[in-house]
Amino acid sequence: MSTATEPSTGRTTAAAREPMMTARGLVKRYGHVTAINGADFDLYPGEVLAIVGDNGAGKSSLIKALTGALIPDAGEIKLDGKQVRFHSPVEARNEGIETVYQTLAVAPALDIATNLFLGRELRREGLLGKLRLLDRKAMRTRARDELNSLGIATIQDITQPVESLSGGQRQAVAVARAAMFGSKVVIMDEPTAALGVRETAQVLELIKRISERGLPVVLISHDMPAVFEVSDRIHVHRLGKRTGVVDPKKVSMSDVVSFITGAEDIPAEALS
Amino acid sequence: MRKAFARNPVLGPTAALLLVMIFFSIATDTFLNVDNFSLIVQQSVVIGTLALGQTLIILTAGIDLANAAIAVFGTLLLTRLTIGGTPPFIAVVAGLIACTLIATISGTLVARVKLPPFIVTLGMLAVVTAVTNLYSAGTTYPVPDGLLTFLGSSLYLFGRVQFTMGMILAAILFVVMWFVLSKTGWGRHVYAVGNEPEAARLTGIHIDKTLISVYAVAGLIYGFAAWMALGRTPTADPNAYQTGNLDSITAVVIGGTSLFGGRGGVVGTVVGALIVAVLRSGLTQMGIDSNYQNLATGVLVIAAVAFDQATRRKG
Repeated sequence: MSTATEPSTGRTTAAAREPMMTARGLVKRYGHVTAINGADFDLYPGEVLAIVGDNGAGKSSLIKALTGALIPDAGEIKLDGKQVRFHSPVEARNEGIETVYQTLAVAPALDIATNLFLGRELRREGLLGKLRLLDRKAMRTRARDELNSLGIATIQDITQPVESLSGGQRQAVAVARAAMFGSKVVIMDEPTAALGVRETAQVLELIKRISERGLPVVLISHDMPAVFEVSDRIHVHRLGKRTGVVDPKKVSMSDVVSFITGAEDIPAEALS
Repeated sequence: MRKAFARNPVLGPTAALLLVMIFFSIATDTFLNVDNFSLIVQQSVVIGTLALGQTLIILTAGIDLANAAIAVFGTLLLTRLTIGGTPPFIAVVAGLIACTLIATISGTLVARVKLPPFIVTLGMLAVVTAVTNLYSAGTTYPVPDGLLTFLGSSLYLFGRVQFTMGMILAAILFVVMWFVLSKTGWGRHVYAVGNEPEAARLTGIHIDKTLISVYAVAGLIYGFAAWMALGRTPTADPNAYQTGNLDSITAVVIGGTSLFGGRGGVVGTVVGALIVAVLRSGLTQMGIDSNYQNLATGVLVIAAVAFDQATRRKG
């Protein structure tokens, strides 16, 4: 247990690399409840890091602290080597951290291109831009390019409303938005929880594509097969802190379940 | 077919408008006539402009029951200020500002205190109506000629087609709002806030500011409606437009804008307002009692919403 709680990451996969994002000793208390209890976090460029843990283990609180939705009472967060302190999700977003949520991330009546640029519309150049006129053509072209580069071939017409898409395609739109604007980190909070088997596979494919671009992805998921399929490392969260980061090639799914529930301590050889 | 209607919500109302126009053109000798069309548009200008403001609010999944009451207060303010010696231009500006401020109060209560728009504007309707009655002492005022009745003056294009200044101003307001809603980021945000507020919030849109700005712009439009009303009938009457709020909602709904927000637009509202006016004009010319006209309008509202639901149902 003592070896696992130390910041012991990066022994094999990331020894030579600088982390994209780290957190040390994060604490968040609500009255008597401690949501984050000295949690650490490390994310390296180009990797898919899965975060697993039981309900109530504090995964969501950790993610909220990393994305500015919650301000930790103690601890420090570094992004790309420099210390950051986010006061709102918008600040984190401006620093290049994008989040994909389980649901509610798109406006169904609006078209795909509009949804991709919602809140970050491109304006026309010059005087027309001063009049706040949108550059629809540029937005459509970029939207099209982004969907193509992520291999989202099933979406033909980007001017169709999002509600005409399947659940998987809608989530693909949300993922494409994150990939388009996320310059440093993409965080996905249970992105496949509402999806069927085939749609889940499509979203996992997108996660791989994004990490291949060098953009690290944090995947919070209960879906063990999905976690084992895409992740390079698995961050195990328990009782408000990280109990260790394991290499999915060295452990089985049932091992990870044991680590999550605390039935077993993480053996040193499983650590990533 | 269903898909075409769902993707282009103005299609249904426009088809309905053409159908009723064709019907009345055949059924009466007097309907198909340029002067009659001009009159129909003149009759729909005030309600249509109130409906324009209402459209903005309904797009955010809100509703404004106080819009006509605010405009009526505006008519009295303009008239009494001018009678009292205020330069008419200042009176008009003051009226526009007052209407904007009153609607902004509603918007602030909706956005910041998170009260339901129906309740906020129901309360505002009672408050504004009472203030108007106190301010006017329950009597009507003749409107001084000049700037206040300017919107009632006419241009004759092509020698004989009558256009009132009110019609032209209303047309300008509709074009401006159509432009802003469809071509600017603010317009997209209005739709997003009405359609899926949580998604809008997560993308960093300021929901509060968007909502308050929507009510403020709607209030400004009500102010213009007040000015138009003085051009149409040169009397400031505290009891005018008592069903203006419901009539404006009718126009918006018949025009295909969803009461659940995020869908529809101002083009539909133009068509919706014209459908109601054409129906009333045509039925009057057929000699049909006004109670049946109300009945027909009521049926049309329900039909419009049912049609809207049917086209939107997942196929």
